Order: sequence, then C-alpha cells, then structure tokens
Amino acid sequence: MNDYHDVDLPLGPALNAWEVQRTGATPSGETMILNMGPQHPATHGVLRLELETDGEAVVKIRPHIGYLHRSFEKICEKVSWPQIVPYADRMDYCAAMNSAFGYVLAAEKVLGIEVNDRVQTIRVITAELTRIASHLIALATNGLDIGAWTPLLLLFQHREHILDLLEEISGARLLYNYIWIGGLAHDITPGWTDKVLQFCDYFDPKIVELNELLSYNKIFVERMGNVGVMTPEIAVAYGVTGPNLRATGVKWDLRKNEPYSGYENYDFDVPIGTGEKGAPGDCWDRYIVRVREMAESLKIIRQAVKRLPEGDVKEKIPRNFNKVAVGEAYVRSEAPRGELGFYIVSDGTRNPYRVKARSGCFTVVSSLPAFTEGLLISDVVATVASIDIVLGEVDR
Amino acid sequence: MIPTSLTPYLPLLISVIYTAGVVGFVFLFVLFANWWERKVSAHMQDRLGPMETGGWHGWAQALADAIKLLLKEDIIPAAADRKLFKLAPYVVFTGSLAGFAVIPFGAGLIGTDLNIGLFYVVAVSSMVVIGILMAGWASNNKWALYGAMRSAAQMVSYEIPVALSLLIPVIMTGSLSMQEIVAAQEGGFWHWFVFRSAPFSLIAFVIYFWASLAEVNRTPFDIPEADSELVAGYFTEYSGMRFAMFFLAEYGNMFIVSAIAATVFLGGWQPLLPALDFIPGPIWFVGKAMFLVFIQMWLRWTLPRLRVDQLMHVCWKIFMPFAFANLMLVGLWQVLVQ
Repeated sequence: MNDYHDVDLPLGPALNAWEVQRTGATPSGETMILNMGPQHPATHGVLRLELETDGEAVVKIRPHIGYLHRSFEKICEKVSWPQIVPYADRMDYCAAMNSAFGYVLAAEKVLGIEVNDRVQTIRVITAELTRIASHLIALATNGLDIGAWTPLLLLFQHREHILDLLEEISGARLLYNYIWIGGLAHDITPGWTDKVLQFCDYFDPKIVELNELLSYNKIFVERMGNVGVMTPEIAVAYGVTGPNLRATGVKWDLRKNEPYSGYENYDFDVPIGTGEKGAPGDCWDRYIVRVREMAESLKIIRQAVKRLPEGDVKEKIPRNFNKVAVGEAYVRSEAPRGELGFYIVSDGTRNPYRVKARSGCFTVVSSLPAFTEGLLISDVVATVASIDIVLGEVDR
Repeated sequence: MIPTSLTPYLPLLISVIYTAGVVGFVFLFVLFANWWERKVSAHMQDRLGPMETGGWHGWAQALADAIKLLLKEDIIPAAADRKLFKLAPYVVFTGSLAGFAVIPFGAGLIGTDLNIGLFYVVAVSSMVVIGILMAGWASNNKWALYGAMRSAAQMVSYEIPVALSLLIPVIMTGSLSMQEIVAAQEGGFWHWFVFRSAPFSLIAFVIYFWASLAEVNRTPFDIPEADSELVAGYFTEYSGMRFAMFFLAEYGNMFIVSAIAATVFLGGWQPLLPALDFIPGPIWFVGKAMFLVFIQMWLRWTLPRLRVDQLMHVCWKIFMPFAFANLMLVGLWQVLVQ
C-alpha cells in the first residue's frame, strides 16, 4: 500500500479519496455532476461517463453508451452471410481480424462447414498478429492517458510492421475482410511467412524495450499499481473476460480452455495478474498481462508458421448462400478484448435469421461502477485506459 | 547625436528600448522554444517533426502557428464571465513577463538591479496563479475549474520549496540582488553555487529544479492541464490570441525558472572557465538557461504524469523537509566558517 491516504489535499478533507472508498460516504455531502465524454480525450472513443464528484474524488460513476451504435445485429438480418464479414470487421476496428474470425467460426458451425488445416493455421497467424497490434494500441493509449507520450509513437511504429504484413495478404490495413466463411479471401503471398518470422525477431527485443521505457517506470507504477482493483469476484459476476479477467488472477483463456481453429496444437502460456505492484487485478496487472500476452502470441505465430501445411484456402467456400443449413449455434472465441461470442440462427435463407454478438468490452464497461467508485478523477482515467475498450464493439 | 533637449529623457528612452528588447526576446524565445520542443519531442520519438514550413527543417512552423492563432475567431462562451475571461490571459502574461525585469542577461544587461531582485521574481510569479484561477472560474467550465483549482494548489505549494532552496545562495552571498549573486560566483565553474559547499547547494539546486517544473506546470507535474484528464485544464475554453497569451506565458515561465536557476546556481552570465570570457556574457547566460529548458523538454517527453495527491506528497513530505534541513545546515555552515 502506498501511504498517500494520510495526506489531506489542500482543498479540504472532502478530497481524501481513500476515505470515500472505505466508508462509501460523502464527506462534504456536496457533489457535482461531471460529464466525462463523449468528446473527451481519455474515453477512447465516444464513451460518456457521468461522474458524481466530490472535489477530486468520484463518488458515483455511470457509464453511458450508444454513441457509436450502428445496428450491426439488425443489418446482419438484411444482408447475406458473407456480406456480414466486413460489418463484423467494424465491430472491433482495432482488431478487425479477430472480430471477423469470431463471426466466421459461428457461421461455419451453423452452416456445417469444416475448413482445412492450412486455413486454420493462417487464421491463427493473422489473428495473433492482430492481437499484438491491438494490444499495442491498448498499451500505447494507456501510457498516453497517464501522460507518457513517447511510448505511443514507438508502439505505433511497431504496429505499422504488422499492418504492412496484413496489407500484403489482404490488401487492407485496418478492416481486412480477409477471413471468409469457409476459407480466406486470398492465399498468403510467397515469402510472407519469412517476413512474419522477421517481424517476430524484430519484435522480441521491443517488448523488453517497452518494459524498460514504461512498464517499470516508477511514476507509471505509482499511477497504475493498486489503482482500480477489480477482484476476481467482480470480474466473474459481471462476466468480464479476456486480459481484464486474467489480470485478476483467473486463468481463463478460450484458446486453452475451449480450443478452436487448431489452438490445441500450440504450446503457449496464459499470463495472469499476480499483484506484483499492488493487488491482483489493478491497473498495472491489466497492463502487464497484455505485455506478456504479446510474447505468447509471438510464440504461437512462430509455431504456426513452422507447421503451416499446404492446401487450398478457398476449397470450402460455398458457391452460393441461397439455400443453407437450418440451425442455430453460439460460438465464442478469444478476441484481444475478451470473449467474442456470436449467436446465430439460420432459417435456411440467404441471410441469417438473427445474429447476436456478445462482446468483451460491453461487459467490462458495465462492471466499471463496481470497482471505480471512490477513486480520484485521475484514477478513473487510468482505469478506463487499462480496461482497453473499443466503443465500436461496445455499441456495435 | 541625441539633441541636448532630450537628455533628461534619456534614461526613460533607454528603459523603453530595453523593455521592447526584452519583450521581443520573449516572443522570439517562445517561437523558437515551440519549434524546438517539437523537434526535441520528434527526435525522441523517432519522428522528424515539422519539416516543410519555411524550408530548412520547418523553422517557420511556430511563426505560421502564431499567425494562425492571430487570425482565429475569438470565442467567449455564452455563460462565461466576460470581463474576467478577457482579463485572465493578460494577468497570466503580465505575471510571466514581469519576472524578466530582474533577469541579468549580462554584466550591465538587466532591467533593474533591485536589491530584492530574487524576492521580486518569486513574488511576481505568484501573480500567474491569480490569472489561472480567474481563467478557470470565468470560463464556466467544470474542466477548466478543476484545472484552475489543481493549479492553484500546486503552484502555491511548490513555491515554498522553491523559495527555501533559493534562500541558500542568498545566505551564501548575503544579498538578494541578482547581479550580486552572479558576481559572487566569479572565476570558473567551481565557484558556481551549485558546486560550492556541496552537497547542500547541489541538493538545493535539484529541489529548485524539480519544484520549478511544478511551478510552470511541466511534466511530470503538468496536472493542471493534463490533456488526457482535464481536456486542456484552465484554458479549455480559450481560443485564438487569448490562448496564445497563455501559451506565451507558459513558455516565458519555462525560461524564467531556467534563468533563475542559471543565475542563482550556475553562475549567471559568468563563463564556464575564466579563459573563455571572450564569449559575451549574454551568450553564456542564454546558453545555460536554454540547457535547462532542454532538460525540461527532455523530462516532458520521457516521464508520465503524477497524480494530484502524489504531487502534494512529493511537495510536502519530500521536498519541504529536505529543503528545510538543507537551509538550516547551510546556515550552520556559514556560522561555523565565518
């Protein structure tokens, strides 16, 4: 524990955040509503947090969502099966590959399609590359919200290499439309795997560099450690998943627990938060879990490239979707921002009867009031940064 | 030559010219520092920074920005306190500019060598806080108010370690006059106060430098204008030239605190070695101040930001006791030596 709790801030005893957190009471009784967002630099898009503040302390926090609602689920009922893939890309635009991956897995289960090993392996490589790119954004903006500018630029530089790689195979840098139902849009280009391995070798030391620059920086640890502690109970009760859940010390990763797309063939660890710089589930744990996951993703990529079999990536893509299997399925996959589940009902026509998406970001936003009330405004900023939400996925 | 009828007005004329020169210097410095900060940050982040405007390495970028700010619409929020809102930037800017009156640029280059010069600087720099509070209050914006409140708390707190550490060279010199403090450090860098009677003065210098970062709201103490928390802090609602005034004041303050550190601890306009005194004093002085400005930029683009309570912790529980103990030890030392 740090010992700041006994410092009375000069604006009066009402500002003592730890007191507020412990007693749950309002020391001064006078609160002010402060709207953080939707146009606020630290809300990562268009999240609006309605803060009830008592001086610098936040007594109540109410997240408001819906500023980026694009009727994803309704649109899915109006367009054909493969046309949904670009929409799914736009759910989590920082990890478009994983979003499309989740939808395609569910659609393939409903339509009864089994893809070959090469498709599965390439999907894993691209998904893990995107996971690294997505975590890079998360870490970079996390540093930025704490006031560290330089890591942002450095991490975005690493991300450029990943975008280059994905551009080479898919033609796009942000929204790929690469993973299709039954296969892939294109096979990988010759020599691409060598470039991927080159990237892995390039990126390994960069993780060390990031740790030296930001992760173990004294000020950064002071700001992140023991702040916004999400207990495993809160996480499980609210259905928080992904790195946010693992940071609380719960070892739950769908790639391990319910392997899909051949994840059972790879040897990798699931990093969890240990409370190294405070309590398990604090902001720093959420941060460092992502850093360590990047290293694990590199491991998976290296193994996947090694075992990449031959095959036709388009062999199982259906000729037309006018008459498809009837049925329903719920399939979940491990996206960078938690479990991404799709519940799809098919009535045998060219578009699904119903598509319901379950996103990791939504649950973590709903859990915010459970563990951020009583913090300082600055801590709320750090917490919102560390849970790494993309509002495109929250609102869909 | 000047006609004899004007002779009585000569001192006035000289001071007007000098003042114009100082104001011109401040403007030039802000333009340069703005461009320089972009370049420093860019190179630290593996970028190039401005490269186009004006040709060579985008040297005219700051100039272009200044013109842009001049031409922008001046927006005053409907619910703002119009008089205070308009007045605040001038108060902040005046507080910043007034400090330049006693900055000794060279042997004779000083606005006025007040016998309480150092005290004067510390006093007028407090005026900035009033301006910031006015800006935050008048904007009628919650974020601006938060920024202003944080700023007031921070700047008032940090003035104490600043003043305490500045007292040490005063004790060693026996004078508050800037020129006398500089004169006491004559004869090479080992006579500078930062190295004399080490470690006391060195500690004082370090405390002064860190605390002065907080006084001018620079990272890691840029809490009042924490862009990712408070949008832009107390000047959230300002635009155009009024915003530029805050900007001028901020960079002017950066130079002032560096200049005071250079004067009081680093020998002012005295050369590094006695043999180097063919280089004019103002160059030494500005060079030393610019070096400290560079360190401020370096820190800004390296470190994250502290939280508001951690900031107070650092001030009241670390800087203050050290500065006090330091002051007493120096006092004791002076008594024992003399």
